[in-house]
Order: sequence, then structure tokens, then C-alpha cells
Amino acid sequence: MQTGRKILGASALALMAGTAWAEGELNALVWCDHTDPELIAPFEAEHNVKVNLREYEGTGAALALLEQSRPGDWDVLVVDGIDVFRAVEAGVLAPLPEGAISTADYFPEVVMAENNSVDGVTYAVTEKFGYNTISYNSAKVDPADMESLTSVWSEKYDGRISIYDYYLPVMGLAAIAEGIATDAIGAGDLAKIDGVLSTMRSRAASVAGVVAAQTALATGEVDIVVGGGEWLTAVLASEQPELTWTIPKEGAVRWAQSIGVVEGASNPDLAVEFIKYITSPEGQARLATSSCFWGMPANAKAGDVLTDAQKDILRWDQQPDYLALTQLYPAPDADLDIEMQDLWLETLQQ
Amino acid sequence: MSKDQIRGWGFVTPALLWTIAFFIVPFVVMGAMSLASLEGRTLVWDLSLANYAELLEKKYLWRAVLVSLEITLTVTVISVVLAYPLAWIIAFRVSPRWQRLALLLAILPFWTSYVVRSYAWLLVLAREGVVNETLMWIGAIAEPITLANTRFATVTGFVHFFVMLLTLTIYANLIQLSPNYRRAAMDLGANAFQTFRHVILPLTLPGIVTGAFLTFVLCIGDYVTPQILGGNTELSVPQVIMVQLGRRADFPLASALAIVLMSIVALAYLLSARWLRLDRL
Repeated sequence: MQTGRKILGASALALMAGTAWAEGELNALVWCDHTDPELIAPFEAEHNVKVNLREYEGTGAALALLEQSRPGDWDVLVVDGIDVFRAVEAGVLAPLPEGAISTADYFPEVVMAENNSVDGVTYAVTEKFGYNTISYNSAKVDPADMESLTSVWSEKYDGRISIYDYYLPVMGLAAIAEGIATDAIGAGDLAKIDGVLSTMRSRAASVAGVVAAQTALATGEVDIVVGGGEWLTAVLASEQPELTWTIPKEGAVRWAQSIGVVEGASNPDLAVEFIKYITSPEGQARLATSSCFWGMPANAKAGDVLTDAQKDILRWDQQPDYLALTQLYPAPDADLDIEMQDLWLETLQQ
Repeated sequence: MSKDQIRGWGFVTPALLWTIAFFIVPFVVMGAMSLASLEGRTLVWDLSLANYAELLEKKYLWRAVLVSLEITLTVTVISVVLAYPLAWIIAFRVSPRWQRLALLLAILPFWTSYVVRSYAWLLVLAREGVVNETLMWIGAIAEPITLANTRFATVTGFVHFFVMLLTLTIYANLIQLSPNYRRAAMDLGANAFQTFRHVILPLTLPGIVTGAFLTFVLCIGDYVTPQILGGNTELSVPQVIMVQLGRRADFPLASALAIVLMSIVALAYLLSARWLRLDRL
């Protein structure tokens, strides 16, 4: 009997301890740039909590994971800026408390209120952005050629190109090369985009993900990455300054990632505090220079925290021109998305 | 029910429950999912064969099946051809004292992370990698040739891994052979080749087929190696499955592809079942 009581007592203590531990935890579904301890440790120390991070790739995979989870399993979601509406549609994002997160110091072009809200309710805020454009080895190619999309995938660079393995930005670049705005891409434009993709593909040595593209560029396997950008070459800049990037005269694609609180979060207040931290100048500077990949902070005040060298790599002073020259990722509806993905896979299997 | 029967069920039940929970149920769910479809981004349980029909209609889908089969068969054949002599040497030409070390060396590739090993191959096969540098140094080529991001790279990465697996399965089979078989064959006038062809090979066939089957199963379902080393110059079935899941979460089509993959494996099992002797490993 006494043993039974001891077990019961121990179980109760364990349960209480478990609850206390759970209250001191924040569970976030994120992109890999959030897993840098330099970014997370200051928040954990300040709030005396443990932040559990899980990386994912692809909005579809994240939504499937959230739908299979129990309410309260996740507190924070980092999601592609063009997919916030999908997350809201799926019921996995909660409205942000009004006025809790200020975007007053943001670069105006990346506030993207229309992307981060549905029916006038704000569900997320932009936290980082960058460009899918042209990364290249300045010692191996003529930088002047990189200022025009058509010369990038011309015969001159046959076999020296890698294409970033994500259909939306690459097809966006193909559309821009054809003079089609990324937000105006329709089913009728796919034939033209197909023509550009086929040319691009015929010149390419590989179609590579982030690490493979970085490896290919760093080892000299290829000299150009179509769809690359600061996120690809910035982490290599200190060792190989010849690896750089540019935005051609026709323009390029702009990516943006948003952050929001998951519907039914166990710790919604802590989740909001986390978002406040991530969007603060300090958090933004750390996120911008994450060891996984670099990108521009959405909050322009992060410029006060970043070093001059970091800002040089990010091309801080050229942002007004770049923002004017670039267009947001294509955001196709479900049917067009299927057609675009089919076209992409057909191109890869050529 | 007798006591023996109860005891028997007691032993079997945990494995049975495990199999039901982690194989039968997921398989049934996947089979059912393959009959559903996506309307827009909504899952519809319409129980149709549309996903399988799509597989025949869309070139990139059926081509992925062909690519997977071509790569897998190439890898299996090359691995068997390389592994058999290696296993033979370890079993019959290496003294018992050194056999343990030889086996240890044979399984060394298993000690490294699969992903790291694939990226290492990418560096080795790069235009400025050790293979190209060596070929240029000996004068075999004047300019670097493209080795990475090709089917050759994918097959090389696979073979590096599976030769070791096959070496172990074939060695396990060879070591069980009594030397008397060879002696008897020689006594009856067979030469070395005839002894191998008519005695040793048939007796070691179970080890070869078992290793080849394991190679086939692991190779056809692998995503990492073709993704890293193949450079997406062609897509295998697991790569196409990942694309379906990544952004669109098209679980119905991905499930149909997975069922096709499982059917190919089941077919391979039936074809090799006569010689499969997993219990002899």
C-alpha cells in the first residue's frame, strides 16, 4: 500500500513537473535559418524557456504535419509569405493580437499586409526576404553577361549552369525573361515559360537544392546558379569572395517568409513574445545572418545592429533599387499550381 | 485451446500486433489514400483509379518508374559482379586470422552517415574533384569530364554501399559450404571453372539472390542518393513522391506512386522467392 502511494506520489510529481516543463517550452515549426543557436539562445535566456524547433520543407508538408498534430502541439509557424492564406484557409494560424507587432520600421515593400492578412485580419508578419536571381563565380564568368537573363542561359555558358530546384521562383524568372509579371502568370503563359525552361534546362549541368547548389558553385562544378541569390552565396563570401550575385536588368523574383501563431497554441502569449523578438532589430539582424542562410531583414532598423561587412554582403545600400526591380514569387491557385508543377517535372525529365 | 497453443500465441502476439499496427494498417490507409483525390487543395474520398490513370498519362510519372527500374537493375547487377569475387577472396583466400579485419573493412562504409557519404561522392566526382584531377594527371583526358550530377554518379554512390551489403550476404553463404563439395567435384574430374559453374554457384545462389533482393528493395526506394548525386537530371519515383508532398501535399498521388513501388518490390520478391533464403544469413 505504501509502495502504491509512493508510486502515485511520484507519478503526480512527474505530471506536475511535466506541466511546468511544458509551460516553459515553445514549439516552433520553422525554416532552417531559425535553428541557429545564435538566434534562439538570447530569447531562451531572456524568457527562461526552451524553444523546440522542427524544420520542414514545403508548405504542403507543414500543413500536413499541423493537421496531424494535436491542438497545442505547436505554437509558432514560419511560412512562405505567399502561402499565409493557405495556412489560414487550413485553419492552422491564429489572428495576431491587434497592434502587438509593429511593422512601422519595415521596408514598405515587404510589409505585404495583403499577403499576411485575410478578410482584414492579420495572421502573420514578414520576417525576412531576399531574391531568387543569379548567383555566379565572378572569376569564371563575365559579370556583364549576368546583367541580362537571356545571356545567363545563352550557349556561352552551356554546361556551366545549375538551376535552383524549386519550380515557383525559377518559373517566375522565366516569366520575367518573357516580360510576364509574376502575379499575372496564367495557364495561357505556360507555353512561353516552357520555352524558356527548356532552353535553361538544356544548358544546365544540374538542378540542385540549396546545399547541392552551394557545393556545385564552391567546387567549380558550375559557375552560375539560376534562382540563387544572397541566401546561396552569403555564407560562402568570407572564404570565396568571388562567389557573388546580381539582379539582372529584366528583374528577378523576391521571396519572403512570414511568421505567425498557430491556432490553439499552448503558449500563445509566449509565441507572440517570440515573434516580437524575431521582428526586433536584434532578432532581425541575427535571423538575417543565420548560419543556415542569409537574407534581408524585413525590419530596416536591423541595419543599426548589422556590421558594415554584413550589410555589404547583403547589399544593404542597393535595396531600394533591388526592391523596385523585383517581383514577388508567383502565387498560383491550386489548379495553376498543378499545371506549373507538371510542367516543371516534365522539364526535369527531358 | 491447449496450453501449448496459448503459449504459442503469447509468443507470436507482440510481433503480430506490431506488424498489424506498423505495416498492415499503414498499408491499408495508403491504399485507400491512393484512391482519393485532391480537388483544389481539398482531399476528396471519391474512391477512383484516377491517380493510377494519371500515372499512365503523364510522361514524367511513368518515366520515373522506368528510371527507377533502370538504375536499380544496373546497381544490382554491378554490385553482384563486384561483390562475389570480393566475398570469395575473403572466404577462401584470406587466412582466418585476417578474415575478421577484412569483414570489418567491408562494412566500413556503413559507419558513415548516408547523406555525408553522398556529398563526399559529389566532391570526389566534381569537375575539380580527385577523379578528374587524376585522369588529367595521367593524361587520360585533356579537359575535366562531367561525372557528378549524372546517372553514373548515382550508380557509383549506390554501388559503393551495396557491394558491401552483398559481400556480407554472399560471404555468409560461401563460408557455410563444406570444402568437401569442391574436393568431390575435383575427384570426379571437374576443372576449377566447372566446379564453380556446376557446384559452387548453384549452392551460393541463395546468398546472391538474397543480397540482390535486399539491394533491389533498398535501391528502388532510396531518395537521398539520386537526389544528391543525380543532380535532378532525371527523376526516380521517390523523388517524384517527395515533390508531390513538398508543396502541394498531394498525398493521393504520392500514395499511388508508393503502391506502384511496393508492387514492383512484391514482383521482385515473387521472382526471386525460389532462391531467397533469409534464414541462412
